[in-house]
Amino acid sequence: MKSDTMSFATIGRFWFPVLALVIPLAIIVVVTGQFGGLSIQRTVIEMLISIVIVVGLYVFVGNSGIISFGHATFMAIAAYASAWQTCCEMLKPITMSGLPPFLRDQSIPLLPSAVVSVLLAGGAAFLTGLVIMRLTGLAASISTLAVLFILNVVYSNWDSVTMGSASIVGLPTYVTAWLALGCAVVAIVVAYLYQVSAFGLAIRATREDEVAAAASGISLYWSRLIAFTLSGFMVGLGGVLQAHYLGTVSINSFFLSFTFLALAMLIVGGMGSLAGAVVGVVVITAMVDIFRRLEGGISIGGEQWSLPAGTQELIIAAFMLLILVFRKDGIMAGREMTLPEQEHREKGLING
Amino acid sequence: MANIVQVLVDAIALGSLYALVALAIGLVFGVMRLVNFAQADYITIGAYALVVPTASVTPPLLLGALPAALMIGGVLFVVVVLALLTERVAFRPLRNSNPSTLLISSFAVSYFLQNLVMLIHTGRPKSVGIGQGLANAVEIGGVRVPGVQLLTMVVTAGLLVALVLFLKKTPLGIQMRAAAENFQMARLLGMPANRVIALAFAISGLLGGAVSLLLTIQTGTLDLRMGLMPVVYAFFATVIGGMGSLPGAALGGFLVGVASVLLQTYLPADLRPFRDAGVFMMVILILLVRPQGLIVTSAAKERV
Repeated sequence: MKSDTMSFATIGRFWFPVLALVIPLAIIVVVTGQFGGLSIQRTVIEMLISIVIVVGLYVFVGNSGIISFGHATFMAIAAYASAWQTCCEMLKPITMSGLPPFLRDQSIPLLPSAVVSVLLAGGAAFLTGLVIMRLTGLAASISTLAVLFILNVVYSNWDSVTMGSASIVGLPTYVTAWLALGCAVVAIVVAYLYQVSAFGLAIRATREDEVAAAASGISLYWSRLIAFTLSGFMVGLGGVLQAHYLGTVSINSFFLSFTFLALAMLIVGGMGSLAGAVVGVVVITAMVDIFRRLEGGISIGGEQWSLPAGTQELIIAAFMLLILVFRKDGIMAGREMTLPEQEHREKGLING
Repeated sequence: MANIVQVLVDAIALGSLYALVALAIGLVFGVMRLVNFAQADYITIGAYALVVPTASVTPPLLLGALPAALMIGGVLFVVVVLALLTERVAFRPLRNSNPSTLLISSFAVSYFLQNLVMLIHTGRPKSVGIGQGLANAVEIGGVRVPGVQLLTMVVTAGLLVALVLFLKKTPLGIQMRAAAENFQMARLLGMPANRVIALAFAISGLLGGAVSLLLTIQTGTLDLRMGLMPVVYAFFATVIGGMGSLPGAALGGFLVGVASVLLQTYLPADLRPFRDAGVFMMVILILLVRPQGLIVTSAAKERV
């Protein structure tokens, strides 16, 4: 695309799928910031962080069609890396005595530490991908599960560096709604530019038909490895945000329950499109929030009434199954947000 | 010397246990291309069926209070019914979906069942004593073999032989192998799809029930995640064995079980907590050398 020859309308049409996601998110942030209570504002920040994570997950899973259970690994790597660099300078030498001296005895400024952590997550994704992307779809999915378990076992037992399965507390909490929104926008833009790039189109071709794509000269291995690495960087960013939003890091929050929730968001929205990833996060976050409140107890007509704890998980799982059975491509069914006139023209082209 | 024999006994016992779970996974994968996460919950729920649902850490026995034969029958019945139920409710409507969708749906079913157990029994680990008499060691040729290990080996060997006979000698077993080889073709030749798939689930439930009894006798505890590790091991077993190959699944299960025990024994003490990571790393290394698994079937690669 040569932007100097592009008319304003063309640019507008090109960016519409992104704007149609970003603008409503910005409105949500502004409105809840003005009128919402504290708990709503917290939910919105959590939602925006989830968008960074799930859009990151989508870059690999959505474009390649290969389910990954391993992305929480890269989040954990980034979150822990950030904790080592920024957390609790006074306590570190005692609680994490195994850290190398340059980490143990000083703190590193927030921005460089975040960049390093994200780079580390992406690097880890690249190295993992070098091995796993050699495998075919299902075997690759199960191997990503192996990666998740390997990291969980190592970090839960590497007591002198990770504090085992205990939480590291006292990370600086600098994540605000606006920062989370900024990161979500960056994630959405990166994911969009990637999926309309030559690399993105190539991997989407492999998703539709491996054999035909390979016959057209697309390397299954490299196209998947690129997507896997990029999505590693993105979920790494999500990991850093989550760590510095909650102020604590614990390895068990990056395990199966989390993986399930992230995948549920992606599947419910529809893993075939960027809009699906974002819509899925919004829908599931809203459901989780509502049922969490109901479990906490509400009063109707003066009577205290609450759902038993655990109902929320059952309902999310059941909802996801219903979506899989009755609308298996998710709410967005693989479509991006498009202008009405654009829709029929691009059907079957970008929208797989 | 006796020590090595002891280790070998442990290794074979665990290996055959994992082989059973891997076969259950492999059977269902064969007929449906479904990697069934819910197998973990079949095992867990089978074990929880032994006790009355309470918040207590030492709950009163339910099925566990029955005489041995009835208890075994009861647990197997519960798990088989559960397996058939998940097939009917969740997996049958998705039968024509691609393997990724099926994988995700089984993940959702598993998450659902796990939280259901938590809702009914609470999340605390519980202790349950069944088959205490089996804890005594039996001495065979100078080696002391715990009764439980012996039982595990006998039961798994028996089930493996029965399964092989079923698959090789009975019409339904042959149909099931044909379905695993090429489902469409088998169907065109008159294989009753519903019956064969339901049977595969029933067998996976049966194996799951047997494993949950063996695990409970071994550990004496109930835990929400008790089925998880065996099933995760079994997943890796089916992958290194070659997806879709039943002998491959059994072989893979055996290998990961043996590797796990050997690492547990011979790793230096401060590295032992990392045993599982070692086994999983080994799985990935095997795949690096043989991406298709050890035993490659014609069903593993899609024909154009």
